[in-house]
Amino acid sequence: MKQLGIVGQSVHRSDGLGHVTGRTTFIDDISYPHMLYISMVRSPVARGKIRSIDTSKAEAFPGVATVITAKDVPNNLYTILCLIGIGPNDEPVLAEDEVMYEGEPICAVVAESEEIAREAASLVKLDIEELEPVLDVEYALRPEAPKIKKWGTNTFTYDGKDHCQIRFGDVERGFAEADEIVTGTYQLSPIEHAPIETHVCVAKPEPDGRLTVHTNTQALYFTLDNTAIILKMPSNRIRMIGGTVGGGFGGKVDVLTEPITCIAALKTGRPVKWRWTREEETRCSSTRAAVKIEMTDGVMRDGRIVARKVRSLQDAGAYHRHSPYGAMKHMVNVVGPYTIPNVWVDVYCVYTNRQPSSAMRGFGVTEASFAVEVQMDRIAKAIGMDPWEIRLRNAYRNGDMRPFGKITEDATLIETIQAAAKLVGHELPPELAQMHSNDEGGYAAAQRATA
Amino acid sequence: MSAITVSFTLNGRATTLTVSPATTLLTALREHAQLTATKAGCSQGGCGSCTVLVNGEPTLACLTPLAHVEGQEVTTLEGITPVGGLHPLQKAFYDRFAAQCGYCTPGMIMAAKALLDRNPHPTREEIAAALSGNLCRCTGYLPILDAVEDVARQNGGGER
Amino acid sequence: MAKVRGRGIASVSYPTGMNLGGDPTQALVFCQPTGGFSVKLASTDLGQGLKTVIQQIAAETLGVPLESVVVDTGDTDSAPHCMGTFASRGTHRVGNAVIMAAQEARRALLEVAAEELEASPDDLDISDGVISVRGVPDRTLSVFDAALAAHFKYGRTISGRGIYLKPKSTVDPETGACDPDSTVAHATTVADVEVDTETGEVTVLRLASAYEVGRQINPAMVEGQIAGGAVMGMAHALMETVYPEYPALRPHAHNLSDYLLPTTMDLPEISSVVLEYPSSNGPYGVKGVGEMTANSPIPAIINAIHDAIGVWITELPVTPEKVLRALKERDAAQSAATAAD
Repeated sequence: MKQLGIVGQSVHRSDGLGHVTGRTTFIDDISYPHMLYISMVRSPVARGKIRSIDTSKAEAFPGVATVITAKDVPNNLYTILCLIGIGPNDEPVLAEDEVMYEGEPICAVVAESEEIAREAASLVKLDIEELEPVLDVEYALRPEAPKIKKWGTNTFTYDGKDHCQIRFGDVERGFAEADEIVTGTYQLSPIEHAPIETHVCVAKPEPDGRLTVHTNTQALYFTLDNTAIILKMPSNRIRMIGGTVGGGFGGKVDVLTEPITCIAALKTGRPVKWRWTREEETRCSSTRAAVKIEMTDGVMRDGRIVARKVRSLQDAGAYHRHSPYGAMKHMVNVVGPYTIPNVWVDVYCVYTNRQPSSAMRGFGVTEASFAVEVQMDRIAKAIGMDPWEIRLRNAYRNGDMRPFGKITEDATLIETIQAAAKLVGHELPPELAQMHSNDEGGYAAAQRATA
Repeated sequence: MSAITVSFTLNGRATTLTVSPATTLLTALREHAQLTATKAGCSQGGCGSCTVLVNGEPTLACLTPLAHVEGQEVTTLEGITPVGGLHPLQKAFYDRFAAQCGYCTPGMIMAAKALLDRNPHPTREEIAAALSGNLCRCTGYLPILDAVEDVARQNGGGER
Repeated sequence: MAKVRGRGIASVSYPTGMNLGGDPTQALVFCQPTGGFSVKLASTDLGQGLKTVIQQIAAETLGVPLESVVVDTGDTDSAPHCMGTFASRGTHRVGNAVIMAAQEARRALLEVAAEELEASPDDLDISDGVISVRGVPDRTLSVFDAALAAHFKYGRTISGRGIYLKPKSTVDPETGACDPDSTVAHATTVADVEVDTETGEVTVLRLASAYEVGRQINPAMVEGQIAGGAVMGMAHALMETVYPEYPALRPHAHNLSDYLLPTTMDLPEISSVVLEYPSSNGPYGVKGVGEMTANSPIPAIINAIHDAIGVWITELPVTPEKVLRALKERDAAQSAATAAD
């Protein structure tokens, strides 16, 4: 590898001095004179029909500037990934006729202070007819389950199917040939991103009719474009300023604060700040999806994995957010970095009446790696092989065909296994220590030869 | 609306603020005194990002009514930053890459300062215990512990 | 025996960029009259250090000192499109766009310098802010003077535009055939744990990892991702859930007092080694390390628990209650087997 100059050097962080002196400007550090604050009225139930929303007492409360409901949102139905062709739009900015999860935003109280906004928010009267929530993904797939999405199923539709899939080789033949069948079920729980900085947005109307928006989004243009669509405004009427975020981990890409804050600023003509409480961050922001993965492998006694079948259910919660995309990323990664000649994968993006899940660090892959790597140890145990050896023998080599039809390049799995063994002082037998990602060895080669 | 007037020493200067009675020290610092280094991570006492010193003791500003600091001495991160320079803890955090997103950093440094002020030679375990109320989601804490350990080793503890 | 130890390993791969691609990023670079460079981006630093690595990449490409480059992130009025900071795409996508923009600016600067030095631009080098004619060490011009000349003598812009896009791959709906990623990074983690069979508590003693992330732009910040991810992975494995009785809605975590996260008191020994096999399409061979670091610790810990107590606990998080329940089932199964013998 060519030696470079400043690339490769551990130079200090350019924002380090700001961070250690507390002088970095985060969004919550920005305030304007005559600024208003938002408190959100949220659904107390997981699923229900909205009969009425009475905001009169809140509106009459001293210090309240306005109350924003669905009718104030120019384009109330959106989905963030409409920009890359994922649809249909399924999420209201503010709930209109139904609520789909506990904590779903219904109306925003805009007031002179956070305290006033909160107190006035408690005066909004909601009349909601509670319905049976669908919470379990397996139940959601059953015919008798209530269909919670307007299109009449509880799954995302991929090219006319209720799931996305990989079909590679002949998985049933692989199972028939196998010496052992190894199965495992893996379940993750919804996880909160828990950045130390909650969602914050400040929107300021400018004299020329434009909006200046300070936001801690992870994606300024994603947020700009979606906000413009929701506001039915040309995007160049909005200036998004951000770029410094107090931790994201995928939790700040859902465009949850900006549209409402902008609407409040436009409606009142004043700067508005919306700062999420920690409870909102925990209960109402997206989570990492709870994923259930069922994995069945056909294995030869010499360690070769000859077939892998996966059924995976992603609990998307109430709305798309990024889940339909994440399920596809999961699909191509749930086979793991091993060369297996026969693969069958079905991944379902399932809707439930839970706070939506969305992107989180390692989106779709963290979940896949958990299942694959525990399964590898199960296989090793089943055939009495060392866990280092089972991985090295099956590890993909450069040139191997991936189950999604791409030729492997940039593979270095073997090298990391060997380096990890060295790091902990675990001595590998010479045959394993000499393997490398460009070799013709391993069971992949044997499989190529027999294929 | 009724208001209260509270006088205290803020970063060495006599300060008087008039606020509504329920105002916390955190809100007073950030919104009335315009000192924004102290962060509001949870406002529920769960994360430590609002840690300041009250009479030298590490204190969660979000759970402290401003009225409670009447006549007391309050120190924030701004108050320990020398003009044009860095406090040894700030320098160590900078050198060790102990701040990633930077949101927990002010609270971490203040909690560490409180420890070094009362115990100039803490062990690694004592440092960990003193910072256990301060959450960080980015670093895994290791560079933060390293940074505080560096200062404890270098100058034999914090300075007053 | 109340406390038993076990070791587990896990190996993972991680793709760079949005799945299937189609996620562009643009950059603008321009030179100020006295030779300072500004990089304009609408990309976001989440704390991983994007601003710093982009400053390094721009300085390397331009041939100027790090201090000469200012990276401005985050204003849609002044910077062109970036898809966003996610999918381990920042350093790869933004870095590539910045190299393209910086190369265009560098060429413009060299064309001006070539006139001043009466040489061909192809024979010029820039290093540490000084432009020199290759093979003629005393014929030099500072970037400062070249920039002044460009602005006030020749009326030339020294700027560049850059974009990086991996065109979006289609997916065959029947077979799933697609080209999902730009490059792939790898890691293996070894976890040592101790399980208290009386309380069910799992203590992670050590997480030792080998990473391969392509070329590292800033090794200290790569290490920062690895340590931070290791602790996040440990927390995913043992502590974290919004719904402790999932899929039930109750109980439900409300805040950071009842959502369990690790503190300074919960840390294992963390060590790592980083291998560098440059990718073919990343800036200077970068792959990416932002997201993957929480991944291998999770299964490594689960495998270590199995090594210690002989049961697979595959429902996360592995709370003490789940460990005790699993031990009870294990013991019941063992005594049933003994009785049958």
